[in-house]
Amino acid sequence: MKVKELVCIGCPLGCNLKVEISEEGSMEVTGNTCPRGADYAEKELTDPRRIVTSSVRVSGGHLPCVSVKTETDIPKDKIFDCVKALKNVELLAPVKIGQIVAENVAGTGAAVIATKDIYVQ
Amino acid sequence: MKTEIAIIGGGPAGLAAAVAAREAGVEDILIIERDNELGGILNQCIHNGFGLHTFKEELTGPEYAGRYIEKVEELKIPYMLHTIVVDIAENKVITVMNKEQGMFQIEAKAIVLAMGCRERSRGALNIPGYRPAGVYSAGTAQRYVNMEGRMPGKKVVILGSGDIGLIMARRMTLEGAKVQVVAELMPYSGGLKRNIVQCLDDYDIPLKLSHTVVDIKGKKRVEGVTLAQVDENRRPIPGTEEFYECDTLLLSCGLIPENELSSQMGVELNPVTSGPVVNESLETNVEGVFACGNVLHVHDLVDYVSGEAKMAGENAAAYVQGTLMQAGKEIPLKGENGVRYTVPCTVDRDRMAEKQVVRFRVGNVYRDSFLCVYYNDKCISRVKKKVMAPGEMEQVILMKSKLEAFDGLESITIRIEQE
Repeated sequence: MKVKELVCIGCPLGCNLKVEISEEGSMEVTGNTCPRGADYAEKELTDPRRIVTSSVRVSGGHLPCVSVKTETDIPKDKIFDCVKALKNVELLAPVKIGQIVAENVAGTGAAVIATKDIYVQ
Repeated sequence: MKTEIAIIGGGPAGLAAAVAAREAGVEDILIIERDNELGGILNQCIHNGFGLHTFKEELTGPEYAGRYIEKVEELKIPYMLHTIVVDIAENKVITVMNKEQGMFQIEAKAIVLAMGCRERSRGALNIPGYRPAGVYSAGTAQRYVNMEGRMPGKKVVILGSGDIGLIMARRMTLEGAKVQVVAELMPYSGGLKRNIVQCLDDYDIPLKLSHTVVDIKGKKRVEGVTLAQVDENRRPIPGTEEFYECDTLLLSCGLIPENELSSQMGVELNPVTSGPVVNESLETNVEGVFACGNVLHVHDLVDYVSGEAKMAGENAAAYVQGTLMQAGKEIPLKGENGVRYTVPCTVDRDRMAEKQVVRFRVGNVYRDSFLCVYYNDKCISRVKKKVMAPGEMEQVILMKSKLEAFDGLESITIRIEQE
């Protein structure tokens, strides 16, 4: 049996998780205060993923940038590809919160959406 | 100009207070905001992790702010943008200024202070060396990168492990900068553990505890900084100096509630938090003046700011409606033995809600210790905590019924005890 220790990143509580991995590969998670912790631990040890947030350029808006995020989490090793792909995106104001900015970013299947309203100025 | 409730600041605290006051039935409310949009600092906090408590989902900062801005718009709560408050008099006359109307005054019946906090600056940190370009507070860099689309530099050293510094370590890395190291003066991190994991560990950025900047090299632009290890008295240890070539130094060394307006109007401040001394109703020593959010004490979670601000907004509403009970006997709350402060500072058993949340920070890292609550000198609760750290706010809940049942209650003390 292997034991791994993790800090949950699900919320700011940051629970200290202990994961016991049996010979067959089944995992038992302790130290979590909510079900999110157990999900995180299993995912982190098998297929680590992150929501990626960034910003993309906007022309004609009240700000030159709009904040964006991947709608779902994407594999950790695709984070840089995702941010790189967003470098070539330029939007035209207005931008609505929730608007799709890029589809299937870096081949992850995840869409990138705006997280802020940008109005025309 | 007159208003029933003036809310100073249109960030998360001001927005939640305004919504709560309107929902409590006050029509005449005015939010005064100095920036060109509502939402405050959340607008530049584009990372996710907000709202798990308030909305039961994970949002980014702008999305979280957006939810409240939408409510403010729906409820048609008036707000002024680009308008700065320059003075508040003790009689609640607010002097404000903007481009269109110049300088004018607003008479308020109640005021909610929701100005937030600001970052400790280089000047306040006493870092030796030249004063070249390339030294930024982490929050300034955050605004540049996330809202204005500018990169402050390419090779970065970060001093201080506050959450904004950690978040910016990741953000600058993603945008192509090389973040070489985060140095922290204290032997523990000032930020949340989750941010160490997802912002530093994920990108192999080293965190050097008990280290500080002892020199900044470069006359026009930063060329590098020298880090040194510090001893237990936070003095640099000679011989441990290490030079890092860089063009940018970010500072994330603590946040200070912004209370110049509060103290000008005679609001008493707590020297530990630099925020107002408030009672259970979040009312300051000036009647009808309430405080909430980071102007009161620096929070880790915006969700808690919103909760606190809701309470301040409701109490301000009750005050102008004449339903806020007269203050009676205030029982002092004391933090001792590692508990640095408490918010609120006093409780009135008649005015308190059935459950009163008391929030505080500890002064050091405590492992396997007990968090104890005393009524007078009687210990009434003793809870074992695995870890308590200065970077993470703690809380206890006081029950009105228990406080009322305790004869001769003169003080409540929260302290940390070992075995």
